Formats: sequence, structure tokens, C-alpha cells
Amino acid sequence: MRQTGNSGPLHCQILKGAVKAIIIMKKQVKKTGRLKENSAMLIFLICACIFIIALLLIIVFIFSGGAPAISQIGLGNFLFGKEWRPENDIYGLLPMITGSILVTLGAIIAGVPLGLLTSIFMSRFCPKKLYRVLHPFLELLAGIPSVVYGFFGLVVMVPFIRDTFGGSGFSLLTASLLLGIMILPTVIGVSEAAISAVPQEVYYGALALGSSHEKSVFTAVLPAAKSGVAAAVVLGIGRAVGETMAVIMVAGNQTRMPTGLLNGISTLTGNIVMEMGYAADLHRQALIATAAVLFAFILLINLVFALIKRRSRT
Amino acid sequence: MTLKEPGYRLQSRISAAARSLKTKLLQYRHSPLSLVLCIITVGAAAITSVLLLFIIIYILIKGIPHLSPELFSPHYTTENNSLLPALINTVSMTLISLLFAVPIGIGAAVYMTEYAHRGNKLVGIVRMAAETLSGIPSIVYGLFGYLFFVVALKWGYSLIAGACTLAIMILPLIMRTTEEALLSVPDSYREGSFGLGAGRLRTVIKIVLPAAVPGILSGVILSIGRIVGETAALIYTAGTFTEICTGLTQSGRTLSVHMYSLSREGLYIGQAYATAVVLLLLVVGINALSSFIAGRISRRSGDDKH
Repeated sequence: MRQTGNSGPLHCQILKGAVKAIIIMKKQVKKTGRLKENSAMLIFLICACIFIIALLLIIVFIFSGGAPAISQIGLGNFLFGKEWRPENDIYGLLPMITGSILVTLGAIIAGVPLGLLTSIFMSRFCPKKLYRVLHPFLELLAGIPSVVYGFFGLVVMVPFIRDTFGGSGFSLLTASLLLGIMILPTVIGVSEAAISAVPQEVYYGALALGSSHEKSVFTAVLPAAKSGVAAAVVLGIGRAVGETMAVIMVAGNQTRMPTGLLNGISTLTGNIVMEMGYAADLHRQALIATAAVLFAFILLINLVFALIKRRSRT
Repeated sequence: MTLKEPGYRLQSRISAAARSLKTKLLQYRHSPLSLVLCIITVGAAAITSVLLLFIIIYILIKGIPHLSPELFSPHYTTENNSLLPALINTVSMTLISLLFAVPIGIGAAVYMTEYAHRGNKLVGIVRMAAETLSGIPSIVYGLFGYLFFVVALKWGYSLIAGACTLAIMILPLIMRTTEEALLSVPDSYREGSFGLGAGRLRTVIKIVLPAAVPGILSGVILSIGRIVGETAALIYTAGTFTEICTGLTQSGRTLSVHMYSLSREGLYIGQAYATAVVLLLLVVGINALSSFIAGRISRRSGDDKH
């Protein structure tokens, strides 16, 4: 009896101790578990923040690298100066800005109607069997490197333009046509998705009102997909403005004001690649400032794209 | 018996097609505009396909005869214009870029989809930053890489500077595809894991990420294609040295840069054609692999629904 009475509290004590130990251990486990969870979350958070840091770094380096040149030349002179002569320290960006705008415009004129009609064909006219071949094919084309396009332009389109229209072949026309081909997959992909997303009721409604298949597609479905098509065009513009390698291989890269369809031009992107290799001092800073201007252009285009997307969502 | 003869079947099929074409044309008699629209649309699609097919076939036909063993000799000389060093540099450049970009991109996507609460302001900012990053032209990346990695960090023209520049460039692509893959994992997986007592980290690593691997993989392969095809971002970060890179701080050209300098010099058009073939096949193959994997996922998720 005594022994059991004695061992009872002892037992209890051991039990109590064990329970306490378990509780402490559990707490510790919880703590380390939470530590693990928290540190993991912190790591993921840092990963997400790297995006913001990278963007800020790019903005800071590009704009601060170009700022001295802009302040020395003057913003007005830099943006609207008609002459770019590094050997005389004259830096006017207008030839390149006009060049970029003209090439982009040419690419839009050459590429968008073709791309838009193709996307209409793909989403409303194409037999299923053909679609299964055509769709992956166009998707693959979006990945062809721009050097390869540029090389094709150099060996096929430049001689063709030279032989049929005269001039050297390195011209605004060649660059526009090549860029028009290059933006095709982008334009087709985005606008096809937009046209396919239009509810079938719109199409059937038009059919029921007595219009033919083609008329319903063009007069009812296409207007309903308006904002998606606009987004495709803006995306194409972004690609055309930012394109570098293909353009410098066919555009001739003369840094003077564009004079005609068959004469050479220089773009913002192309001029950076062409001259960065040997530029120094103010010339180098002016090229970085060119990149800043280009960056501002792209931000503007992205803003327009975002606005169109938001409008289409509401 | 006669019905099963192939000749008869073909004949009946042709006559049926002719009849349907005839009725279609009769329909168009009432509205010539429709016929014009139809012809324009089909014509545009045909022009687009022929144009793009022509580019590929032209380069293949002109380039394949120039593919010679000298092009794959281990050392570059001005006589052989070997593309092997550039090819090897492309592989190492791709691997190093992915080493940086894949963990960061996946980590960010995990934070955005699994950790951040709804209405978290940071998520909006990160998404905006990613969208802006994906719109920046590659030459601006190149210039940034030059100013930051090459000049400010004093790395010089090097493999590592080029790889870091490319890593930033492909980050948005990897994050977007990973996010899509994570979002397509059903919530019941997460609930089941939580119900069995697993914490958030364990759920993410053991349950959600493995289920999202195919989607992530297709995004990674897509970004490999982008790295292989990139030129403008590399000229002023990795340089144009023609030998195989043996160290991280050594300059080296990738296949695209090699292709650019070959075609610019204008002396080795045959070799340039051959390099274009290799580059084209490489990128198209990589993209085909990516869409094959993506297609298998969508088929699998389609099976799940049934």
C-alpha cells in the first residue's frame, strides 16, 4: 500500500514531467515550424520583390546614364534636332525618331490587314483539319529569331527591292515589309483569340437577320471583337518599335532625315547597336539617352495597351 | 460490292464536293459582296501561310547544302567559320541564365498565388513591374546590362554579364507561365493537404509544385527559345569573342550573335545560311517541344474533367 502510495505521486511526477516535456517540445517544434514557414515566405517575398528591384535598376541606370547628355544638349535640341553628327558633337534625335515611327507605320500598313484577315479566316472560316495544322505552324513562327528574319531580308528582300524599284535596296520600304511579316504571328495570335471569344449568339443573331456568313462575321463579330483587335495592333506596334537586329540588317542605317520610301533610314534601336561599339563620352551618353527615349516610347505603348485591356474587361 | 470499290467512292466524294461548291456559288449570286469578302479572307490566309512557309523553306534549301563538317570543328578560324564554339556558348549561356531566372521566377509566382492575400498591394506592383519588364525592347536590356553588369560591377564583357541580363529578360515569362500552372492546380489538392495537417510550405513544395511541373516546364522551354534567339541584349554584355567560354568571366558569342556577325561581314554567305538553318531548327524544335508539353497538359486536364 505504502509502496504504491509512494509510487503514485512518483508516477504522477514522471507523467507530469513527460507532459511538460512534450508541451515544451511541441512548442519548440511549432516555433521551428513557424520559423521555417516564415523564412520560406520571406524567400518567396524576396523573389517577388526582385522584379520591382530589377525594373527600378533599369530605370535608374538608363535614365541617369542619359541625363548628362540631355542636360548638356538640351531636351528640345536633342529630341527635335535634325542632325546627328557625332564627329561634330551634334546630336539631334529627330531622324531616328521619324525613322522609327515611319518603319512602325509601314509595318502596321503591311502587316495588320493581312494578319487581321488571316485571324478572321482562322477563327471563322478555317476547316477544323486545316486549323490543326495552321495554328501550331503560326505559333512556331512567333519564335523564329529576329536575326534569321533579318538574314532573310538581307539575302532575298534587299536584292528584290533593288531590282524592281531601284535604289540600293536598303530602304524604308524593305524594313517596313520585313517588320510587317515579323509582326504577323503576334497580330494573328492576339486578334484570333479576341475574335474566337465573341459569343456565338452575335454571329447567329446576324445570320437570323438574313446576312450571309461573311457579312455576319465582318459586320457583327468583328466589331464585337474591336478592343481585342486594337490590343493586337498595339502589341504589334510595340514589337515593331522594339525590333533591332532585323531592322539594322535591311534599313541602311543612314542617320539623316528620311527622304523617301526607297532611301535608307535609321531607327532608335538600330542606331544604338550600330554606334555603341565605338562611342565615347558625350556620344555614348547620347546613345544611352536614346535608349531612355525608346524606353519612354515603350512605356507609353504599354500604358495604351493596359487602358485598352481594362476597357475591354469592363 | 460496287459501292465498296475505291474508285466509286472517290467519284462520289468528288461529285458531292462539286455539288456543295455549286450550291455555295449559287448562294453567292445573290450577294457578290459576300463572295468578295470570302475571297479576300481566304486569300489573305493563303498569302500569310505561303509567305511564312517560303521563308523557312528558302533558308532550309539554301542552307542545308552548306552544312559541312568544318562548320562543326572545335576551333573557330576565319577559314572554317565554325559554329560549334558559338553553339556550346549558347548552351552554357542558357544554363546559367536559367539557373538565375527559374528559382526567382518560380519563387515569385509561388508568392503571388499561394502566399499573398487578396487585395495585397505588393501583388499589384509586382505584376505591373513584370508587365513593364516584358515590354522593354531587348536592346534596352542590352544597354542596361552593359551599364550595370559590365561597367558598374566591372565584370567586363563576359558570359556571366550576358546571362544575368538574359535572366532579367526572361523572368516575366517564367513567372507568368508558372503562375498560370499554379492556378490550374485544383484547390482540392491544397485543402486535402491542409486537412492532413501539412503546413503551407509543405503543401506548396510537396503537393502544388509537383502538380504544376508540366506547365512550369513548358514556360522554361519557351524561355530557352527566347534566350537562343536573342542577339541585341548580348552584343554589348557577352561580347563577340569567337572561342568557347571556359570561365564565367570570359567573353563569348552565342549562335545568334555569330549569325549576325557572319551576315554583317557579307563574306561568308554560305556559312551564314548554314548557321541560320541550325538556329532555325534549334528554336523551332524548342518551341515545338514546349507546345507539345503544354498540349499534353491540356489533354490531361481535359481527361480529369470527364
